[in-house]
This record gives sequence, C-alpha cells and structure tokens, in this order.
Amino acid sequence: MPVLATSFLQDHNFLTALYILAVILFVVGLRGLTGPNTAVRGNKIAAVGMAIAFVATLLQPHILPNGQTAILIAVGVAIGTAVGIPAALNVKMTAIPQMVALFNGVGGGAVALIAWAEFRRRFPHGGEDWYLKAMIPSLFAAIIGSISFWGSNIAFGKLQEILPGRPIKLPGQQLVNLALLLICVGSAIALAAGDHSQLLFIVGILVAAGILGNMVVLPIGGADMPVVISLLNAFTGLSAAATGIALDNFALIVAGIIVGASGSILTNLMAVAMNRSVPAIIAGGFGGGDAGAAAAGAGDADRGPVRSTSAQDVAIQLSYARQVVVVPGYGMAVAQAQHAVREMALALERKGVEVKYAIHPVAGRMPGHMNVLLAEADVPYDQLKEMDDINPEFGRTDVSLVIGANDVTNPAANTDPGSPIYGMPILEVDKSQSVIVLKRSMSSGFAGIDNPLFYDPKTAMLFGDAKASVSDITAEVNAL
Amino acid sequence: MDLVTEIGILVLGAFVGFEVISKVPNTLHTPLMSGTNAIHGIVLLGGLLVIGEAVSADDVLGQVILVIAVAFGTINIVGGFLVTDRMLGMFKRKPAPPKADEEKAS
Repeated sequence: MPVLATSFLQDHNFLTALYILAVILFVVGLRGLTGPNTAVRGNKIAAVGMAIAFVATLLQPHILPNGQTAILIAVGVAIGTAVGIPAALNVKMTAIPQMVALFNGVGGGAVALIAWAEFRRRFPHGGEDWYLKAMIPSLFAAIIGSISFWGSNIAFGKLQEILPGRPIKLPGQQLVNLALLLICVGSAIALAAGDHSQLLFIVGILVAAGILGNMVVLPIGGADMPVVISLLNAFTGLSAAATGIALDNFALIVAGIIVGASGSILTNLMAVAMNRSVPAIIAGGFGGGDAGAAAAGAGDADRGPVRSTSAQDVAIQLSYARQVVVVPGYGMAVAQAQHAVREMALALERKGVEVKYAIHPVAGRMPGHMNVLLAEADVPYDQLKEMDDINPEFGRTDVSLVIGANDVTNPAANTDPGSPIYGMPILEVDKSQSVIVLKRSMSSGFAGIDNPLFYDPKTAMLFGDAKASVSDITAEVNAL
Repeated sequence: MDLVTEIGILVLGAFVGFEVISKVPNTLHTPLMSGTNAIHGIVLLGGLLVIGEAVSADDVLGQVILVIAVAFGTINIVGGFLVTDRMLGMFKRKPAPPKADEEKAS
C-alpha cells in the first residue's frame, strides 16, 4: 500500500487535475445542452466528465486498497446500475417527467445519507473532532437532501397519479411548515453547539426535514410540478456543494454549485413561461384556493350546454377546412396518440388542408414535453409553432383541434380576473372559427379549474381515449 | 482547503452556472433540467470518500447507509444521463424526415 500511495496515478496534484478536467467537461457539456444542435454531444461530454471524476476518486490512496471498502463500493455501484439503466431505458416518453423527479430524489437521498454516516462516524464511534467548518455544511446538506428526497417522491407520486394531482390542503399548513423548519434549524444549532445525540440528528434533522418535504409539495397542484422538480433539482445541487465543503472535495463543490445556480435560473425561466412566481408556487394552494372555488361557483351559474359530436362529423369539418391547428396536451401523451395524430395530419394534408401544431410552453407536464412526443412521431419541425407565433393565426383558423389539452386553452386566463390562472399566457383557440375538443370526460384539468371553452357554442366535444378518437377520425377522413 | 478558498470557488461556480443557462429555448428546458439533474449525482463521490471510514470503525449500520447512498448516487448519474440522451434522441431526428423522403425519391 505505501508503494501505491506514492505512485504517480495517486499523486494529489494529478487527482486534482483530473477533477479540474471533469469540471471543465461539465461546463462545456452544459453549454452544449442549451443549443438544439449541440445538446446530444453536450450530454455525452458531461457524462465523460462524470466518469473521470469517478475514476479520480477511486484512485485516492485510502479507497481501493482496503478490500472491504472496495467490495462495498462495488455492491453499491452494481445495485445502482442495475436499477438505473433499466429504469432509464424502459420508461415511456410520457413518464419521463416523473422519472426525472425520481432520479433527483435519490440524489437528495444520497446527500442526506452521507451526512448521516458522517455524523455517526464522529459521535458514537471514535472521538475524532468534527470542526464546525465541516459540520455546519453537513447539517445543511442533511436538511436540504432530506427535503429534496421526500419532495421529489411526492412529485413522482403526483405525476404518476399514485397521489391525486389536485392540491391537497391540510389545515394549518403554513404554521406546521414553519414549525418543522424551526425544528430543523433548532436541531442543527443544538447539534453544532455540542449536543451529539444520535436521536436528535435522526428525528430533528432527517425526519423533520422529510416531513417538511412532503408537506411543501403535497399542496402544490400537478400543473406546477415541473417548476417544483426543477427547484428541488437546484436544491439537490446546493446540498451536493455543501457536502463538498464538508468533505473538502473540489469536484463536489463546483459541480454542486453549478447545478444549484443553473437550476435556479431554469426554475425561474419555467415559472416565467407559466406566468407564475416561484414563491407563489411554493405557497401552494393553486386551484384549491378560495379564488378557484369562487370562479368555479360563478362558472356554474352561466354554463351553457356542452355539445357532443362524433368522429364522422369531426372528419367532415376537418376535411373541408383550409387551416387546422392541432393543440396537443397531456391527454395526447397519456393516450400515446402522437403517431395517430401524425397519421391524421397526413390524411388531412392529402386533402389539401394545412395542418399546424400549437405548442404551449408548458403543455404536458414539462416544458418541451409535446415537442419530444411529436418529434418522436416524425412531425416536421417547421409545423410546430410556439405560442407567440401561432396566437395571431387562430383568427384565420377554421378548426382548432384540442387533443387532451385543457388549462393551456382556458380563456378564463384572459377574461376572468377571479380565475386562479388569470394572466397565464394561453393558446387563444377560442378565437378560431370552431373548436373541437378531444377529451376523456368532462373532468377539470390538472390545475383543477373549470374551462369555459367547453361551454362555448362553437365548441364541440368528442369524448373518448385520444388515440382511439384520432384513429376514428383518420379512418373517416380517408373514407370521404 | 480553507473555508475562504472554498467560498471563492462557490461564488465563481455560481456565476458560471448562471451564465451557462442564461439563454435556453423552451424546448430544451426539460432535457437541460434532466442533464443538470444527472450532474448532481456527483454526490456519489462523497459516498466513495467516506465509506472506508465506516469500514475502519466497524460500523455496520454506517456501511449499510453508505452502500445505499452509493447506489442512490449511481442511479442518479446513470439514469440521469441515459434519460437525457433518450430525450435528446427524439430531437435529433427533426431534420431527418425531408432527407428520408429524398432518399426514397432517388
């Protein structure tokens, strides 16, 4: 072992140089990810950086020469690989948002567990000093990591529809959250001040922060979940940086803070695209609040009848239109209808109908979700129109075909100041000559708000599974 | 490293993070989130660095905790990069359809 410890490969400066190389690759990779043409390569570059950082860490003199340590690492990495690879390769494109939430959660969990292990090492075993410089970041990492782990799991549950997507309100929520936060901070101060109770660390830090993570995400509506996941992603980055300070590890500090900073910016970009503020989202209650209830109540009074239609009628209407705008939403994703939609568009184009797709920045459950699905179905890129480009076109659109989208088309966002989504930019489908909505039922959207569009006299509803409905329409179009 | 050096690294790293992400098309928000998500899996290194100490201390529970931490970190990294790659693979085909048509025509 002494021979190994002095070898060139394990020289401290050499290992630090490897870390610097890894960090450079992270930055170059991330910059690549911000452009459509460089994104694939960017992701691979970042992955190479990670591999270098991993190897550089294993080369550290005290790690591999210890047989048992090496076995434990191999076991952990093997389990992680065995779980991670199939999870990433088999997940359906529609379920990717919740998969990202889950991967973020385990990262936060790893941070919290490492802090716990560090605490155990110092206090019940061995009397080695734990300087405040290492201890305070560790306690911070434990709190944030635990919040991130549990919060991400709740986000996963909501998106996977294990938990209801609607906001879950608990009485006295804000007070309970404040109390939990105070318990975390108070326990951290007590631990740093010299109370080394194992129980206080587990209950006061890990459990209290875990409950806080649950409590903060539960009352947030499913429509806001992408922003929440992005925020928790930034949190995990910050906690990784804190772990880096605690362990004096350059790569952890830099990679962690870069994710923390870029994640914060990204969270804000997403919130701006939805006309929401991050504090308002965290305050929760979107859709379940008083304003939402009042708006829904007012809507009940002047609701017109809902007009239901058939696939044959829709096919006729579409075939004789000059321009059709397809507005895809989460319903299309759930039904895996993107290929069927592409078929329908081809059938219509053969009849000389111009087909465009209106993509709301937050349609589906993540920004870009619809782009991914339609690209998978080989929809030409130039037919995908962003909100600002397509909105002026609705006035001269004959038929808007809304496929499983709801809140992003809700005209209440423009007209009803009492609506909880008032002010959110929407796709103005109500400006087109007629609207056809493909929907499973009359249930409200992910935000839990009623949509006046459905009661508009020029709107017709075609109920049923989006994929089946679209296939029926295509068959009728071809039969015409 | 002393604390001041580390704070300096933190501040500069934060600026790099802010600058790198300043302009991103909406379409790439999700893959970018997923990519940064994979990078914070670097906490795996923390698990590698401290697991040896739980071994020397003969702390079985500590070893279990850290094996789970290493597994979690690995899932974060491997899953994160792979899922990002799959997502981006969908975008890569964008310019392909017209080319495919030309090939068929020729």
